[in-house]
Amino acid sequence: MPTPTKGPRLGSGPAHERLMLANLATSLFQHGRIKTTEAKAKRLRPYAEKLITLGKRGDLHARRLVLAKIADKSVVHELFTEIGPRFENRDGGYTRITKIGPRKGDNAPMAVIELVEAAPAKVVSTPAEPAEETAAAPEAADQPAEDTTSEQTAQAGETSQAEGETKPEEK
Amino acid sequence: MAVPKRKMSRSNTRTRRSQWKASRPVLVNCPRCRDPKLPHVACPTCGTYNNRQVVTPAS
Ligand SMILES: [Zn+2]
Repeated sequence: MPTPTKGPRLGSGPAHERLMLANLATSLFQHGRIKTTEAKAKRLRPYAEKLITLGKRGDLHARRLVLAKIADKSVVHELFTEIGPRFENRDGGYTRITKIGPRKGDNAPMAVIELVEAAPAKVVSTPAEPAEETAAAPEAADQPAEDTTSEQTAQAGETSQAEGETKPEEK
Repeated sequence: MAVPKRKMSRSNTRTRRSQWKASRPVLVNCPRCRDPKLPHVACPTCGTYNNRQVVTPAS
């Protein structure tokens, strides 16, 4: 008997779920960070990380395996030329999920899922994002042990809370 | 099909409904700005989590 998929089922059928996961992964690779519901973010994480692993492998077979899931060829090209090489020194844990509280309207718990290695500024498209990216980049460089996965960051939360108490005037 | 045999008294109805209670949310203080926030969730006031800017705060 096959092991059931971890996490909730999405959409109204298997085809809908496949399409949703593929679209979410496409958006994630295009924009670097996306805002979605917690359930979708949790389902997307293993899906996207397996694609990134194929992107790191980089051969023709890997590319065909990714193209079987993601239809957008330009996104696949970006995955193999930019995103894959960026994660060369990291074994898994390519994405980070941060909860951002309930959504107004239906109270659905929302989360931000992002690629851990911050992209160079050219990938960023919206004008609001460069400030966040530059704010996040030096900290990511300072604490490389912390930005692996969100479970590990949750464990490291106590240590960085202690840091936050020592330097509250940082903001 | 099973149907109720008797009308439910107002007392019974109200006793049942007396158990509908709202629960107080658990709150912690943000390590950055000291405002109350939900635990394990980015702070809605300053938009940070784990000293990392996650969202632009709504203001
Ligand atoms: Zn705060």
